[in-house]
Amino acid sequence: MKTDDLITLLSTNPEPVDRKAVARTFWVAFAAGLIAAIGLALGGLGFRTDFMTTRALAFLAVKFTFAIGIVGLAMVYLARLARPGGEQRISPILVVLPFLVIVALAAVSLGAAPRSYWDKMIIGEEWLECLLSIPIIAIVPFAISIWAVRQAAPTNLARAGAFAGLIAGGISAMAYALHCTDDSLPFIAVWYSGTIVLCTLAGALLGPRLLRW
Amino acid sequence: MTTSETELKALMLASLEGNALSHRALLERLSLRLRAYYKAKLAVLGRGTAEAEDLVQETVLAIHLKRHTYDPQELLTPWVYAIARYKLIDFLRHNRMSLTAVPIDEACDVMAVDDSASAESTFDLRQLMKRLPEGMQCAIEAVKLDGLSVAEAATRCGLSESGVKVNIHRGLKTLAKLISQETRK
Repeated sequence: MKTDDLITLLSTNPEPVDRKAVARTFWVAFAAGLIAAIGLALGGLGFRTDFMTTRALAFLAVKFTFAIGIVGLAMVYLARLARPGGEQRISPILVVLPFLVIVALAAVSLGAAPRSYWDKMIIGEEWLECLLSIPIIAIVPFAISIWAVRQAAPTNLARAGAFAGLIAGGISAMAYALHCTDDSLPFIAVWYSGTIVLCTLAGALLGPRLLRW
Repeated sequence: MTTSETELKALMLASLEGNALSHRALLERLSLRLRAYYKAKLAVLGRGTAEAEDLVQETVLAIHLKRHTYDPQELLTPWVYAIARYKLIDFLRHNRMSLTAVPIDEACDVMAVDDSASAESTFDLRQLMKRLPEGMQCAIEAVKLDGLSVAEAATRCGLSESGVKVNIHRGLKTLAKLISQETRK
């Protein structure tokens, strides 16, 4: 086929383009992912029973702040990564900031506690549940994030996949926090961070296969 | 180079508004530059002009389908270059060619040279279109080949107007997929 014929075909009655399409898709995906994750967490695991106590609310706020920080930063970067050449204009190093903050807070909290409490603070009651729940709950938000990125045109697929995984992990952590009763900063630093990083790695591995266009 | 960027960007902005003449001029000018780019890259591997033309057409189609991802606050040239480079790397990888043999440079030399010696690509769009579902085929034929309005196409194909638009978009996306399958054997 001749290239001119293709150009003629493409430029006959072209539709005007919605320039906000990429941003809108991302917001829809975020909302859908969050709703799905919360539904899964509450349907499968349920609210934490001591929901209205001050301590529970305080730790819920910490976990939310941590997860929202991650998701917010990751969304800014993914919005760029989803456009051709976007990977060349950003250095996504800022995204480690929430992780550094929570690890620093965890270290301070461990330093202030007697050594005999450390095991309990780090391992918590439900570390296995946390380790399994966050990646499992993340599956649906991950699929939705990948769908959103596929509507755009990433040119670095591993990195775009990693950020889709990071967002999914962050959303999932937000949802799981509604159930989780392990209230210690070291627990959040180890298990929340760890599982979110796991989701990010999975995204980086799956990205090249899922995002090709 | 700078005037070219300014001109191309102006064409792109008009084409995003749905201006057919600008869209055509944009795709024509970009195809000249893409041809020079891909010929130079593939020549290193001893590949012919037909394969370069495959990549030109694939990239032109990608630019058309992905034009909503262009951010008007940014320069157009790096956006086009990123797509061209992505398609080249994807082509090389799936044809089991060494990426190291081809210099995948960072500079924007994709915009440097024109090449108007067009060749035929290795695939036939009309043949590929026959593999599309009926609705997509009918919508693309009516609007894109016969130049009917969306309303006229809706009557001819027995679809709603939004159905015609959706079918055109999905059809072109499917065609892009078929083309990349054809050229990566």
